[in-house]
Amino acid sequence: MTSSEKKQLQITACKVRMGVIESTHGAKAGHPGGSLSAAEIFTYLYFKEMNIDPANPKWDGRDRFVLSKGHTAPGLYSALAQRGFFPVEDLPTLRHIDSYLQGHPNMTMVPGVDMSTGSLGQGISVAVGMAMAFKHTGKSNRVYSLLGDGELEEGQVWEACMAAAHYKLDNLCIVVDNNGLQIDGSVADVMSPYPIVGKLEAFGFEVLQIDAHDFDAIEEAFNQAKKTEGKPFAIVIKSVKGKGVSYMENEAGWHGKAPNDAEYEQAMNELKSQLAELEAM
Amino acid sequence: MAEMKKIATRDSYGNALIELGKEHDNLVVLDADLAAATKTGAFKKVFPERHFDCGIAEANMMCIAAGMSTAGLVPFASSFAMFAAGRAFEQVRNSIGYPHLNVKIGATHGGISVGEDGASHQCCEDFALMRSIPGMTIICPADDVEARAAVKAAYEIDGPVYLRFGRLAIPVFHNEDFDFQVGKGEILKDGTDVAIIANGLLTYEAIKAGEELEAAGINAMVINMATIKPLDEELVVEAAKKCGKVITCEEHSIIGGLGEAVCSVLSEKLPTPVRRIGVNDEFGHSGPAAALLQQFGLTSDHIVEVAKDFCGK
Repeated sequence: MTSSEKKQLQITACKVRMGVIESTHGAKAGHPGGSLSAAEIFTYLYFKEMNIDPANPKWDGRDRFVLSKGHTAPGLYSALAQRGFFPVEDLPTLRHIDSYLQGHPNMTMVPGVDMSTGSLGQGISVAVGMAMAFKHTGKSNRVYSLLGDGELEEGQVWEACMAAAHYKLDNLCIVVDNNGLQIDGSVADVMSPYPIVGKLEAFGFEVLQIDAHDFDAIEEAFNQAKKTEGKPFAIVIKSVKGKGVSYMENEAGWHGKAPNDAEYEQAMNELKSQLAELEAM
Repeated sequence: MAEMKKIATRDSYGNALIELGKEHDNLVVLDADLAAATKTGAFKKVFPERHFDCGIAEANMMCIAAGMSTAGLVPFASSFAMFAAGRAFEQVRNSIGYPHLNVKIGATHGGISVGEDGASHQCCEDFALMRSIPGMTIICPADDVEARAAVKAAYEIDGPVYLRFGRLAIPVFHNEDFDFQVGKGEILKDGTDVAIIANGLLTYEAIKAGEELEAAGINAMVINMATIKPLDEELVVEAAKKCGKVITCEEHSIIGGLGEAVCSVLSEKLPTPVRRIGVNDEFGHSGPAAALLQQFGLTSDHIVEVAKDFCGK
């Protein structure tokens, strides 16, 4: 990608992060940590990778995205809003009683959401089903799914991986957000999913491990995924949970907690200065 | 009564899928290593490219079905009732029920008539589990004709449907021209003394009981209530009004199934004494199906006994 394209993606990722802060602050709840760690992935998928049409969110020909780690809905919603699926101004209504922005993604209420998720381990199986259907009907739609590293502790993830390889789903690309933290602490301490790359390879995936916040690496990985034939592709992204907001970075406590007013101000100020820096580049 | 043809409704399921598959290219069948037992193996032979074995992984299978349905296919996900409704309950609830996706669940081997496999495989809780999911349609057909009609009707519904079939061959009492309608009970015999509302293999037992009761001077109304949800509340109330007493019969726990659905309607709309025949909050065990049905009181003899006691005769 060109440097201006990369700069634009970085600016968008920063705005996606701002939306995460706006929405979780507005909700006084929600999951900022894992939304921020995947901001570049959300951005790249919705602004570069996927074949989609915000004006026609149910278009048959679109690529599909299943947020298997559904609790990071603030990240998905923020990217969808930035992409024009619904107004950015609605983000602070997240989790409100009269809002369509449910705490976890709801495909019947939120434009652009391809599958209702939230119960961990199920989204990847749904993505496998979508990919099987597109293969069966000879369609070229691609399917993407984002999982958490803690989510790998769900046995169903491995049932889905087995099926993805068995049915040679080269139209499926999963992304595992390896930020290393889950609610109760470090994934290595709670119930280690490691070695993640080795496990996915053993289950029949082509696997690439990259820096979650490097758009060049992200582009290369997704391009390699599209070129891979006869097997599903997995991108393990080494990320910083809470990335972009200093006091949230690498803190398990920010998995599922909203910033208060003072914390909101600080987070937005930090992100605004990051944005100004990017725009001045 | 002349000897009747007997067919297990799981066979009806497999046969109906083949017929439907010929009409609709978007119909696909999923299995979890039980195609031989769920009788979808027959579909696989005719349409191998439209049959997907998901291996022994029912949770994954239900979500695969959900994903397929969002891409324009109409999947029939098949397994034993125990695993379809039981093991995969939360997947059915969250990935199929919550987004109201167009997935059909073909659950065979319902109830204790599974027989020798014993309690681990005798699912008597599936109606209760599926009833608790908003928007789920639940059908338990009474014979081969109704089972095949129910599979076709399920395809036509835009939303999730749970179909419960049995392993045991049971009498076919409907004519081929039977007009099955989802959500509508079928009056098999009119009566005024007691209304017997049944489904599944208990329906034929209820018919026999109705005839025996007639001979004993009790005029029983017999209703086949294949659709448990949405329940034909109008007919339930009408039958209760007419008879003043209701007996429910099902191959399911008396907790959470047809009996409780009927009680819920009547307690709110027309309080009426009800006796529930079903599995009395206990597990089954191994044995021949017929002997188990006898032992658990799921026979016409037991229905007659309960009805006589209920009517004070």
